Amino acid sequence: MPKHETPLMDELEKGPWPSFVSDLKRQAEKNPQCWDIVGQMELSFKDRMTHWKHGGIVGVFGYGGGIVGRYSDVPQQFPGVAHFHTVRLNQPSSKFYRTDILRKLCDLWERRGSGMTNFHGSTGDLILLGTRTEELEPLFYELTHDLEWDLGGSGSNLRTPACCIGKARCEWSCYDTQATCYGMTMKYQDEIHRPAFPYKFKFKFSGCANDCVAAIARSDLSAIGTWRDNIRINQDEVKKYITGDNVANGGGIPGKGEKFDIQKEVIDLCPTGCMWMEGDTLKIDDAECTRCMHCLNVMPKALRPGVDQGASIMMGAKAPILDGAQLGTLIVPFIKMDPDNEFEELVDVIEKCWDYWMEHGKNRERLGETIQRVGLPTFLRVMELEPIPQHVKEPRSNPYVFWREEEVEGGWQRDVKEFRAKHAQ
Amino acid sequence: MGYDPQNPMKDRITDIGPPHYEKMFPQVIKDNYGKWLYHEIVKPGVLKHVSETGAECYTVRVGSARLLSLEFIREVCDVADKHCDGVVRWTTRNNIEFMVDAESKVQPLLDDLAGRGNKFPVGGTGACVSNVVHTQGWLHCHTPATDASGVVKAVMDELFDHFTNMDLPAKCKVALACCLNMCGAVHCSDIAILGVHRKPPMVDHDAITGLCELPLAVASCPLGAIKPATVKDSSGKEIKSVKVNADRCMFCGNCYTMCPAMPLADPEGSGIAILVGGKVSNTRSGPTFSKLVIPFLPNTPPRWPETVAAVKNILETWAANARKYERVGEWAERIGWEKFFEITEIPFTDKSIDDYRLAYDTWRTTTQFKFTSHIK
Repeated sequence: MPKHETPLMDELEKGPWPSFVSDLKRQAEKNPQCWDIVGQMELSFKDRMTHWKHGGIVGVFGYGGGIVGRYSDVPQQFPGVAHFHTVRLNQPSSKFYRTDILRKLCDLWERRGSGMTNFHGSTGDLILLGTRTEELEPLFYELTHDLEWDLGGSGSNLRTPACCIGKARCEWSCYDTQATCYGMTMKYQDEIHRPAFPYKFKFKFSGCANDCVAAIARSDLSAIGTWRDNIRINQDEVKKYITGDNVANGGGIPGKGEKFDIQKEVIDLCPTGCMWMEGDTLKIDDAECTRCMHCLNVMPKALRPGVDQGASIMMGAKAPILDGAQLGTLIVPFIKMDPDNEFEELVDVIEKCWDYWMEHGKNRERLGETIQRVGLPTFLRVMELEPIPQHVKEPRSNPYVFWREEEVEGGWQRDVKEFRAKHAQ
Repeated sequence: MGYDPQNPMKDRITDIGPPHYEKMFPQVIKDNYGKWLYHEIVKPGVLKHVSETGAECYTVRVGSARLLSLEFIREVCDVADKHCDGVVRWTTRNNIEFMVDAESKVQPLLDDLAGRGNKFPVGGTGACVSNVVHTQGWLHCHTPATDASGVVKAVMDELFDHFTNMDLPAKCKVALACCLNMCGAVHCSDIAILGVHRKPPMVDHDAITGLCELPLAVASCPLGAIKPATVKDSSGKEIKSVKVNADRCMFCGNCYTMCPAMPLADPEGSGIAILVGGKVSNTRSGPTFSKLVIPFLPNTPPRWPETVAAVKNILETWAANARKYERVGEWAERIGWEKFFEITEIPFTDKSIDDYRLAYDTWRTTTQFKFTSHIK
């Protein structure tokens, strides 16, 4: 495969940000099909349109997901990308890599594919970008035998779960996000590899309300770390922030270099107004706190999450297709996330939800859309949860209650003749 | 023994999952798992985490293009082998993190990275524009309305100094999705660059019979704009196909996802919309969706100057006017969206008024508003 003339793509080799075009050209020396990637993309830049066809079902035996078919619509011009399937590898939780393993993966993908990757796909998978159908089985064999590594999810299944960095390198993580992510990934291998759901289903695990994996915006089920006791305060460190001996925000928001003002930067920005100073002592009315993380973010040395930690379970988040975007809705305010009982409480929530959704969800209906269709009260009954004010921002303002017959004294069966006997028409 | 094509199921291994994360940890992470006490951002792109044990972990964060070659990954491995005991990490926003266990090891690492051209920009921490999360675009996707990697490269070239400095009122997350499917969920970003279509799907009557299940194509439309129809194909033969009521189309592209015989991408029709003010964190205010402020900008490869200028304008107007800690959306909410449009000089059009489901929630139902130049 020869090099193509690519004046438009070449333009993107300039500028300070790393250039994917230079990188593609670099790999082309080893994997000449990369010249055809650059070539076809140049054509797209010229035509202002994509030149990839709709998928096509490809995969490895026994799995219904993990590989996404892709074909060029100009294969004669660019034979190197005629087949250009995506392979999704399930990333290790929170994406730490040992280089010896990465190098082995590089050797494998140089032989079996295009030599190009995405670190990482949006859901979290390590993406091997572009190979031919006949390479898929040998690649899978070598991946599982030599690297002891498995594929991630695609299609109507459990998508590859993802988590934040958690306890590995963060002081705010209120549960072990890696252990949870890995635990659920291993428990539900079948659900990841063999599509049996109405549509995709995503898990994401964030250790605190800062939500570094954007769980609340894009996962059908997210567990977001929180605590239910008191913020731990180190008053000496609070004083050091006030005197300027500690740098607010760990130095991350220098602003215009103004002196730190605890009233303005912490107390006045607290959404519940539950903090105040008594002399040089910081007071928090924890019963009023909604654990938004702002004060902890600003004064990381002085404030830490409480010790009675767990997670809030939010459900039904999704991007706009089809009925509009949804954020996760609070379903379970607090559960313990305990590796010692194999996350029993979380598993109970997951499986209750799946049992219902697999039976009642329509084809290509995300969980959030199912909940909208049947209503949150119905879904809470399914989940065997008592409705509580935390489930809503505010009570409904319309009076259209779907009373059920068993809730109304005497039921709904009445005799209209008896009615008429007392009430003339 | 390798793979035997005659006997593909022999010795098959399945359902083993990913490598265990603990295997991948450097020693300082292993030793201090769950013991971290606090962190600091020593300078842009350099984090310091301190453990209860007194151990320290220094992290150097660098941006990446996300689309990475194996040659580049091997270079990342070379850096990690030389400085980080052979471990490296990626973040959710496609940054690369190199970790060392002593302050003395930071500068040699930074010097090494700086000596490798522009491949390893250090930054992406604190009050900055972090790396852009994005999708595949024309590089590898069949439904895009715009490119991804090319637009992101053009935008980040322009915003580069905001990646390497922490000169903003708060963090600013920019994201790009090349169509409404949003496989890179951009709908809760401070600034979202979104590929959109504006021409209804064509129907390829010659191909539809072989490519599509007609009931699925009909059902795919959220607005009921697709109906079954009997039509003549190009040979004059009567076939069962579909017709599109173009007046009802909102250009979501779901029909094309379900039926490859209904393409809608177009050089003039497809382009970019800009949405702003979303966030996912629960800090101060709750998570919010991004709002559509620029309905359409053309696809102008290779550098998309209109899109780059629009993003830069929003970013810098926010940076000049917001209070410390205010994310883009929090700023716009405080000053009011009418002020947002006035200050950014973005023309307000009817395209920013919701007329889809639940639209009423966004209409103004109070007498409280500000007199901006919009009121003539």
